[in-house]
Amino acid sequence: MSERILSVLVEDKPGVLARVSSTISRRGFNINSLSVGPTNIEGRSKMTIVTELDAVEQVKKQLNKLVNVIKIVELDPNMTIETEVLLLKVSINKDSQTSVIEKASLSNATSVDVGQDFAIFELTGSSKELDKFEALMKPFGIIEMVRGGRIALQSNL
Amino acid sequence: MTKEQLTGAELVIRGLEYLNVSTVFGVPGGAILPAYDPLYDSPIRHILARHEQGAGHMAEGYAQATGELGVVIATSGPGATNLITPLANALMDSTPLLAITGQVASTAIGNDAFQEAYTVGLSMAATKHNYLITDASEIPQVLKEAKFIATTGRPGPVLVDIPKDILNQVAAWVEPGDLDLPGYKPTTEPNPKMVQQASSLIKKSKKPILYVGGGIIHSKANNELFELATKFHIPVVTTLMGRGAFPDGHELCLEMPGMHGNYTATTSIQNADLLIAIGVRFDDRVTANPSFFAQNAKVIHADIDPAEIGKVRDAQVPIVGDAKSVIKGLIEALGDEKLDTENWVSELKEMKTEFPLSYKQEDKGPLKVPYVLEELQKLTKEEAIVVAGVGQHQMWVSQHWNFTEPNTWLNSGGLGTMGYALPAAIGAKTAYPDKLVLALDGDGCFQMTCQELITASTENIPIKIVVFNNGNHGMVRQWQKIFYNSKFSASELTHDTPDYLKLAESMGAVGLRMMEKSDIEKVFNKMLEINDRPVLVDCVVDPEDMVFPMVPAGGSNDQIIMNEEDLKNL
Ligand SMILES: Cc1ncc(C[n+]2csc(CCOP(=O)(O)OP(=O)(O)O)c2C)c(N)n1
Ligand SMILES: [Mg+2]
Repeated sequence: MSERILSVLVEDKPGVLARVSSTISRRGFNINSLSVGPTNIEGRSKMTIVTELDAVEQVKKQLNKLVNVIKIVELDPNMTIETEVLLLKVSINKDSQTSVIEKASLSNATSVDVGQDFAIFELTGSSKELDKFEALMKPFGIIEMVRGGRIALQSNL
Repeated sequence: MTKEQLTGAELVIRGLEYLNVSTVFGVPGGAILPAYDPLYDSPIRHILARHEQGAGHMAEGYAQATGELGVVIATSGPGATNLITPLANALMDSTPLLAITGQVASTAIGNDAFQEAYTVGLSMAATKHNYLITDASEIPQVLKEAKFIATTGRPGPVLVDIPKDILNQVAAWVEPGDLDLPGYKPTTEPNPKMVQQASSLIKKSKKPILYVGGGIIHSKANNELFELATKFHIPVVTTLMGRGAFPDGHELCLEMPGMHGNYTATTSIQNADLLIAIGVRFDDRVTANPSFFAQNAKVIHADIDPAEIGKVRDAQVPIVGDAKSVIKGLIEALGDEKLDTENWVSELKEMKTEFPLSYKQEDKGPLKVPYVLEELQKLTKEEAIVVAGVGQHQMWVSQHWNFTEPNTWLNSGGLGTMGYALPAAIGAKTAYPDKLVLALDGDGCFQMTCQELITASTENIPIKIVVFNNGNHGMVRQWQKIFYNSKFSASELTHDTPDYLKLAESMGAVGLRMMEKSDIEKVFNKMLEINDRPVLVDCVVDPEDMVFPMVPAGGSNDQIIMNEEDLKNL
């Protein structure tokens, strides 16, 4: 099953995130990623929802029924600029330090904090790039990691 | 001129008056008390229910009988949680409802204050939309929005939760203005291209069926439906929610299809080459296993809710729009077309004669519900509003009662809520004091909300209740008989506890009893004569009786169980 990306324009009202996520889960569908934030329009937020559904049409229709949902666009993966952010805390010691930093900079990750025995990197990119970076760091011992929701814009809309 | 300053509570009552609300149902309590103070001085009639579930069903019955908004008021916490069942019920059956609940003070929200429940969260999946008021000045506008959302598009319940301090806060009465709902714009006018496509499918069809439901009733499209069906000779099946949308007894009316539908209605769909589905949602009680449903038919599906189209069954022609406009469009597009349905109509007519609904009432034997119903309808001269509970009796009423007008059949179709009938009948009778309102209930259902009989008698709402007393959760017993080797686990009630006559009397109603055939006329005539108090008839019926036809859940509508004999071949 391939991923589907929905870009959902909503009214910035209390409870709107709960309404959207509960509508999706109530119909028995999973969300791979959900992110929400303000837009350039006052009083409007945008959610980017990534799911793996054949039933995406039904989800769109159910979401459209929500009074606070203004517009739903399914993004065309071929025309879509998509990005995600990652913060990763990895252990380092004298032996691994150089190698970790080298690998990180080759991956275009920025180091945001370095301590005695750890380093924190930030990386922005496609989900695949983030996966790759995670795999690269794994052998050194990942202490903690967090990924932000995926956000997307279609270039020809 | 300075604007009139009112409390939030006064704004609520003023707002309801402004929206032409004349009757509300409810139960007071701490958080909502401020609103009950100005309500006392308002021309709005308040009916004090004995349980918030009852109040909610009353508001539903009011709304379903009138097609207008029903309003229910409850307090915070348990008052609001007791409302969840009627809200979910109204959502399933698309009933326009406004629920106003009190909430703990906004400063206390989130602290597990006394009688605090997260009402907006709890009701989110049981409402079309809901609100938490954060400032008294919002109240008039929110109430107007709430009514608009509840009554337009696909109707449904809307809840407005108001913290107690907001009810006491003072703000100006400002007449509500235009609504700003950028995400809520129901499509009512169908796309003419789709209507054209539908009409060309209809023109080619030799075996069309109009499969219609509650949407016709909500849209008040019964006259248009009648014209469409009769002008072009298209047979009609009416779902459980659509009974009365097309008159029973008309030669084109096949009545109810589905799990307990009659043979011809169910089979007509199986044999059709085209389903013209309007205001229906292909519910599993109609389709059984959808893969075996109407396998030879193309589908035109018209509904005001786009999410219903293609949800269960793909449609060759999807039409989003209000039923009335859709049907008008179809009539116009079909023009003077003569459909070639003569063979089809007569085939179905023969089928009706060959496979009628059947039951056997013996002269000295126990009473059978279908027989009692047919006798009752003969004795009622006027068109009654009939309200049923959930179970065997409900199916028998839908099968055997002749419905000829919309809004005369109220029941809990989608959620199947036991306890609905009595309070819903009270709501209907409140709206139409001069109409005959009959609650035809099961003993199990009745016992779920029977305290509302007190509401009926103290508020002077003389409904008539027939309790079909089979001493059982009859429908559960029927399933246990068929699917669980007659192991009657927890389905037995008792015939004689409560004593329904004493119960009725103690609650200010008249109690009557019928046990055998010879009682029927006498007892029902007495019931129909008494109009100054509610009347309850304890109608003792055969506990062994089963509802047929039947298609087991998940089965195929091609395999209809017609009687107990057929069960042996299962
Ligand atoms: C609130 C609720 N609880 C349980 C059920 C499951 N249920 C469906 S029908 C039924 C029995 C109904 O009994 P009764 O009212 O006596 O009607 P009968 O089938 O005997 O005519 C039950 C328990 C339900 N529909 N609603
Ligand atoms: Mg019973």
